Amino acid sequence: MSDYDALRHFADSWGLLAMTLLFISFVGWTFRPGARRHHDDAARLIFRSDSDD
Amino acid sequence: MPAALAKSGGLFLAMVVALVAMAQAQDTAFAIHMAIMALAALIAALAVIATADVNARLGHDESVYDDAPIRWGVIATTFWGVVGLLAGLFIALQLAYPVLNFNLEYTTFGRLRPLHTSAVIFAFGGNALLCTSFFVVQRTCRARLAFPGLARFVFWGYQLFIVLAATGYLLGVTEAKEYAEPEWYVDLWLTVVWVSYLIVFGGTVIKRREPHIYVANWFYLAFIITVAMLHLINNLSLPVSLVGAKSYSAFAGVQDALTQWWYGHNAVGFFLTAGFLAMMYYFVPKQAERPVYSYRLSIIHFWSLIFLYIWAGPHHLHYTALPDWAQSLGMVFSIMLWMPSWGGMINGLMTLNGAWDKIRTDPIIRMMVLALAFYGMSTFEGPMMSIKSVNSLSHYTDWTIGHVHSGALGWNGMITFACMYYLAPRLWNRQRLYSLRLINWHFWLATGGIVFYTASMWVAGITQGLMWREYGADGYLVNSFAETVAAIHPMFLLRAFGGLLYLSGALVFAWNIAMTIAGRIRAEAPMTETPYDARADRPLPDPASAPASAPGALQPAE
Repeated sequence: MSDYDALRHFADSWGLLAMTLLFISFVGWTFRPGARRHHDDAARLIFRSDSDD
Repeated sequence: MPAALAKSGGLFLAMVVALVAMAQAQDTAFAIHMAIMALAALIAALAVIATADVNARLGHDESVYDDAPIRWGVIATTFWGVVGLLAGLFIALQLAYPVLNFNLEYTTFGRLRPLHTSAVIFAFGGNALLCTSFFVVQRTCRARLAFPGLARFVFWGYQLFIVLAATGYLLGVTEAKEYAEPEWYVDLWLTVVWVSYLIVFGGTVIKRREPHIYVANWFYLAFIITVAMLHLINNLSLPVSLVGAKSYSAFAGVQDALTQWWYGHNAVGFFLTAGFLAMMYYFVPKQAERPVYSYRLSIIHFWSLIFLYIWAGPHHLHYTALPDWAQSLGMVFSIMLWMPSWGGMINGLMTLNGAWDKIRTDPIIRMMVLALAFYGMSTFEGPMMSIKSVNSLSHYTDWTIGHVHSGALGWNGMITFACMYYLAPRLWNRQRLYSLRLINWHFWLATGGIVFYTASMWVAGITQGLMWREYGADGYLVNSFAETVAAIHPMFLLRAFGGLLYLSGALVFAWNIAMTIAGRIRAEAPMTETPYDARADRPLPDPASAPASAPGALQPAE
């Protein structure tokens, strides 16, 4: 099998699977219990410095 | 003082090296570029000597933010914006009136077009990204900029890159790769500047006082790292001579084409999208004075863009020698991009939920909303055009040009202008902008300009696409190329008119920023009055008492 074929088959099997799992875990992490409180806090972070702008 | 001595000595040495390279140059363009390099090194050395004491104090006052490079960035953004748009208008007129090529090699459309694209994308957009990223990373990390000397080098080094690129195009120095035209030595210079940028930005994130890294910084960091990767790989090339301008790409044929469009589309995806989304995620909530609609959605938006954008490049090579599966892959990933793009647009727009009246009263918010609307429109149009059957009509036509400009003028331009309006009074410590009403003028001139531009290019593009593919009964093409050009000539005129409107808006913008910096405030009616009706603002009279006793006794303060 040529390098081209080997890489192409790796890309559309294990590579694709690894990328998909990584993506799902990164997105899934934002749905963990308690994330909402953390997110609300992070979203307001930029207003804490308003007095010294 | 010894540091300043070493620095200026090193810069003088760099000047000598550049002068030697100029003397040995194989071609005129390289010699001119080395002269520019030598001049830049001399100016930098003199500046180091003149400000030696100032530099010694820099970086010691950690109690205030380092805003000087950001101020320079706002001025540079304004200046390059006007230059880039002027170049755009000029080449639009060249297409309509070829006599404007002046029969000179330096002023032909082919050389001025990359000057226009690089000026608006890398000079205008790049300076906006540099200065907003330095502003945002300090404010969200609650820490002063790391490596102040390096930050100044990043700013001036980037301006030198712009000057080298622009003069190179006029002299005919090009790698002939779209958005990556500068030759090998300019690429190397940009690499040095860009790595310094990463060190300054990353260093500031590392020394942050705020434990959480705000999402805008994620987008900025993705933009900086990905652009570094794209730039390094797409510009792998071998110079013919170490003292000559010409180099040859490390790739050939379809591999070169795929590398180029992997670069080209991610320049759109990470330079013009991720970087500008970082601006959106900080400045829209700040201007609206409310937190982003959904922080979770912003993180999902981030990861989706990172995972999807990088695969979309092959849609630039439909129906070419690229393997069919790679074309389909590019198409599928482009279509998948539609969802996170609209998620991001909705996230930005819904930040205004409960404060929609600001669109009426705050012209900066109005500009941001227009930018987000165009982000949504162009990220819908783009995936649609990446579908192979649509692309077979749209590719190589002016429809593509219209699409690019709805994104660039509508999304990148308007969000940048809005951020500059936000920054100018704060950076120069002014009570407010010179004029809020002039923002309105800018808004409508720019909006009108975009409408003329995109509408005329849609018509021109579809006309071209249909005329090019028209076969007669005998199997021959019906139209010659010159006939299709003649057919769309009126559209070229309308496009140039749109460009004129957009440029006029940018001139109003530049005037407003300049007057704000000068500390002037225009006497004008405010954008909104407090609605008050004195006659209605009183208790109802007692129906039993006489009507004469009720009004007039208690007047509200007026």
